[in-house]
Amino acid sequence: MTPRRLILASPALLLLPPPQPARASAEAMAAALRAFTGGAAVTHGRVTLDISPLVENGNTVPLSVIMPSPMTQAEHVRAIAIFNERNPQPHVVSARFSPHSGQAMLATNIRLATSQTIVAVAALSDGSFWSDSAQVIVTLAACLEG
Amino acid sequence: MRHVLALLLALQCLTAALAQERRSGFDDMARETQAMQREDAANPAMLWVDEGAAIWSRPAGAQGLSCANCHGAAEASMAGIAARYPAWDEGRFTAIDLAGRIAQCREQRQHAPALARESEGLLALAAFIGLQSRAMPLAPPADGRLQATRAWGEALYRQRRGQLDLSCAQCHDDNAGRRLAGSTIPQAHPTAYPLYRLEWQGLGSLQRRLRGCMSGVRAEPFAYGAAEMIAIEAWLAQRAAGMAVETPGVRP
Amino acid sequence: MARVLINIPRQIRAGETFAIRTLIQHGMESGYRPDGAGGVLARDIITSFTASFEGEEVFGLELSPAVAANPFITFSMRVQGSGTLRLRWRGDGGFDQSEVRQIIVT
Repeated sequence: MTPRRLILASPALLLLPPPQPARASAEAMAAALRAFTGGAAVTHGRVTLDISPLVENGNTVPLSVIMPSPMTQAEHVRAIAIFNERNPQPHVVSARFSPHSGQAMLATNIRLATSQTIVAVAALSDGSFWSDSAQVIVTLAACLEG
Repeated sequence: MRHVLALLLALQCLTAALAQERRSGFDDMARETQAMQREDAANPAMLWVDEGAAIWSRPAGAQGLSCANCHGAAEASMAGIAARYPAWDEGRFTAIDLAGRIAQCREQRQHAPALARESEGLLALAAFIGLQSRAMPLAPPADGRLQATRAWGEALYRQRRGQLDLSCAQCHDDNAGRRLAGSTIPQAHPTAYPLYRLEWQGLGSLQRRLRGCMSGVRAEPFAYGAAEMIAIEAWLAQRAAGMAVETPGVRP
Repeated sequence: MARVLINIPRQIRAGETFAIRTLIQHGMESGYRPDGAGGVLARDIITSFTASFEGEEVFGLELSPAVAANPFITFSMRVQGSGTLRLRWRGDGGFDQSEVRQIIVT
C-alpha cells in the first residue's frame, strides 16, 4: 500500500509507526553497483537501456537492454545488471551472457514503486564496465483497487 | 432562421461524428501496453488461454466428458460465440453471460464440480473461448426477449450510485477522453474481456472491472453473477455492437 | 506445474542470432505487501532462470522482487546446428521447473 492509499484508507493508521520496509536509496544503489563492479570505474555509453519515460502502471514496466558486441570468446559482454533507486531493493535483475548468446540482449517486465532513476551496467570480458541510465515517471492511476 | 438551421445541421453532424467515434480502451493506452496485447508472445493473458485450451479437452465429471467431446475443436465451434453474449437462456427464461453459460454447461452437461465466478479455471475457459472471436465484431443477438434486460442495464448504467453519487454514464459518456488523475477515462466498451490488467497482475472479468468501478464511487458492488451485472453487460455489449473483439486484452 | 509459453522463431539458420521469448505463470509475491493482519506476505518469487543448449549455458538471469508478476524474459542465442534447449526457472519454496524444446536449424 502506498502512503497515499494509506491516507485514503484510514487517517487513524497515521498514528501507528510506519510499517514501510526500508527503501532503496541513491546510496544503496551505489553500493549494489559497487558490489557488481568490484569498485572498477564505470563509463557511460555503449550499452542502451530502453524503458518508457512515462509509465501508466508501475506493476509491469517493459524494459530492454542491449549492448553491441561481437560476442566471441575473446571479446564479449559477460553480464548486464539493472539497478533502481527507489524500490524496496536496489537490485532488479542481472543477466549472464556467453558467446552462445549471439548478442548481449535482455527484455523483461519490471516493477517500479514510484518515479525514479534506473541504471544498466554492462561487464565486458576485457574487464571494463559501461552504463546507461533512464529517468522514469510513474503516473498514479485514478481508480486504484484493493 | 438560416443561422439556426446551419447550427442545427452542424450539431447533427457533430453528434453523428461523436456517435461514430467509438474508441476501444486499447486506443488510449501507452504504446508499450498496446504492444503487450498485440504480441501473443508478450501477452501474459495467453498463459490463461493456454490453460483454457487444456481444460477444453480435459475430461471432467462422472462420465469423463470434456468440452471437446461435445463441441469438437473450439477454433471451429466457438468462432464468434463470445461476440454474441450475453444471450437468452432458454432453460431459465433469462439473460445469461458467457461465464454463466460455461459454468452451466459444466454442471448440467459435464456433471462436473462447478467453476466459481472469477476462478482461474472459469477465466481460463472464457479467455480461450473469447480468443476464438478475436477480431470479429461484437454481435449482440437480435432477440427481442433481451430488450428488457438491456433497458434495465442502461437504466443501471445511468443511475447515480455510491457516496460519490456518480453514474457510469457521467464518467464514461459525459467525460470519456478527459483525464482523471494520470489516466484517460475510457468509453467503457467491453471488447477485450477477460483481460490482463496490470493493476491486477492477473486476468479478470468484466464483472470484476465493474465491481472495481462501483467500489471506486463508494457504492456496494453487485455480487458476481447478479442479474444486475448481466443486465449491465447486456447493455454494454449493445452499446459496443460492431466493435472488434480483442480478447484476451491487456489494460493498465 | 506453472504454465509456460515459449516462443521460438520458425526459421533458424546456423550462426544467426535469434530471440526466444518466455512467459511463466507466477505471482512474484514481493515480500513487501501487507497481509492485512499487521504483517507482510512472505516472499515467493522466481529467483533464477537459465537457458542451456546441448548442456552449455547460453543465458542466465537472477531475479529480484522487482520483476513483474508472470515473468516475461526475452533473450537471444546463436547455434551452429540443431539441438536441445533446456529452460529452467527456480525460486522460493523449492520452485523448480524445466521445459525442453528442440531447436531445429533449417
